[in-house]
Amino acid sequence: MDWNGRDVISIRDFSKSDIEFVLKVAERLEEELREKGSLEYARGKILATLFFEPSTRTRLSFESAMHRLGGSVIGFSSASSTSVRKGESLADTIRTVEQYSDVIVIRHPMEGAARLAAEVAEVPVINAGDGSNQHPTQTLLDLYTIKRAFGKIDGLTIGLLGDLKYGRTVHSLAEALAFYDVELYLISPELLRMPKHIVEELRERGVKIHETTDLEGAIPELDVLYVTRIQRERFPDEEEYLKVKGSYQVNCKLLKNAKETLKVMHPLPRVDEIHPEVDKSEHALYFRQVFSGVPVRMALLGLTLGVL
Amino acid sequence: MPELKVEVIPEGTVIDHIPAGKWLKVIEILGLTKPNGGTLLIASNVPSKKLGRKDIVKVEGRYLSEEEVNKIALIAPDATVNIVRDYKIVEKFKVSIPDEIVGILTCPNPNCVSNHEYVRPRFKVESREPLKLRCHYCERTIEGEEIIGNL
Ligand SMILES: [Zn+2]
Repeated sequence: MDWNGRDVISIRDFSKSDIEFVLKVAERLEEELREKGSLEYARGKILATLFFEPSTRTRLSFESAMHRLGGSVIGFSSASSTSVRKGESLADTIRTVEQYSDVIVIRHPMEGAARLAAEVAEVPVINAGDGSNQHPTQTLLDLYTIKRAFGKIDGLTIGLLGDLKYGRTVHSLAEALAFYDVELYLISPELLRMPKHIVEELRERGVKIHETTDLEGAIPELDVLYVTRIQRERFPDEEEYLKVKGSYQVNCKLLKNAKETLKVMHPLPRVDEIHPEVDKSEHALYFRQVFSGVPVRMALLGLTLGVL
Repeated sequence: MPELKVEVIPEGTVIDHIPAGKWLKVIEILGLTKPNGGTLLIASNVPSKKLGRKDIVKVEGRYLSEEEVNKIALIAPDATVNIVRDYKIVEKFKVSIPDEIVGILTCPNPNCVSNHEYVRPRFKVESREPLKLRCHYCERTIEGEEIIGNL
């Protein structure tokens, strides 16, 4: 696979060896970064971050990654401050911005926007979230975090907890995990079960799956508990949201029955799904997970720029 | 009931077994409504053993390729295509759904970029039986009624 100039749009475009390659490069960069403090691979290169909807964390993570690679960053963080407000098409915005930059990171409220941007742009485009569709760099950093914590992904039992129905991150994480020899516990309120077609696809791909509403019962089995927030804005109606709001919380009492080595993950921000008392325990992996975003995004930027 | 005799053409393409009432959609999809699309003979609501009623489209002086005609497979899955030279059928095939559907179907996802920007909608065929398509842009899959409703 030639990475120079490649777009990163959907985790569906990735093979297992693509994923493994990115994780390996990220690991190498993380070590180099620890030794040298900052790197020079992307010296003179410019990243444009086009955030048509705000997502401060993701934007900061990409900006940090580019700076750590020795490159620089331009961009905007809300569509209201750009000519998009004047009715400019996405294609024209992309054609303009690529004149100023060597790689583009795009976040857009519409599904498929990143794919369209990649078709228009000559420079590589990285999807930082397109509506409720894809957020491939999140999935890669999730996998990277698991791999760094356990030294492997194969053989692990992983619980996905929370909004499995609307949660974009858990859908693509589950699909990517299907490349590995893992057992999955899908833990959610009845109303928020993982869509049937995804469960079927995972089963077809040989993943051993347990669907349950019983978090306490599942806890002792798990190596990883991946918690997600129930996002009000994803619900078609408020009443449905109120029925499931606050239906679970991960706290120290619950974790008493967990394996000592259990790691708790969360894409953040959290609201009340994980009690702050868990933060200080050996189980908490979510801040380490945030850190993982940087080496993974450095790897993707460097590879698509052709400088690694 | 004997099948209605429809005028034969000397050269061109005959598309038979189109569901009744769909001829206009067929010629639109095939781009035959343009002035250089070829002379058209249309027979609509013709009695048919197989379909009850059917439409037939004859395009004079043009030989449509299998690939071209396959575009209509979504609305006319039983269509047969005859290539006529010198009043004789020299080639005959049934339409089949291509691997990719471009520009015929709009995406039912209101938040899909293909419904907001100047772009031709594109779908990959994930399965033929039952028919399941995946939008190239938003990656959502569509099946059955939803496909017909968005043609
Ligand atoms: Zn779509």
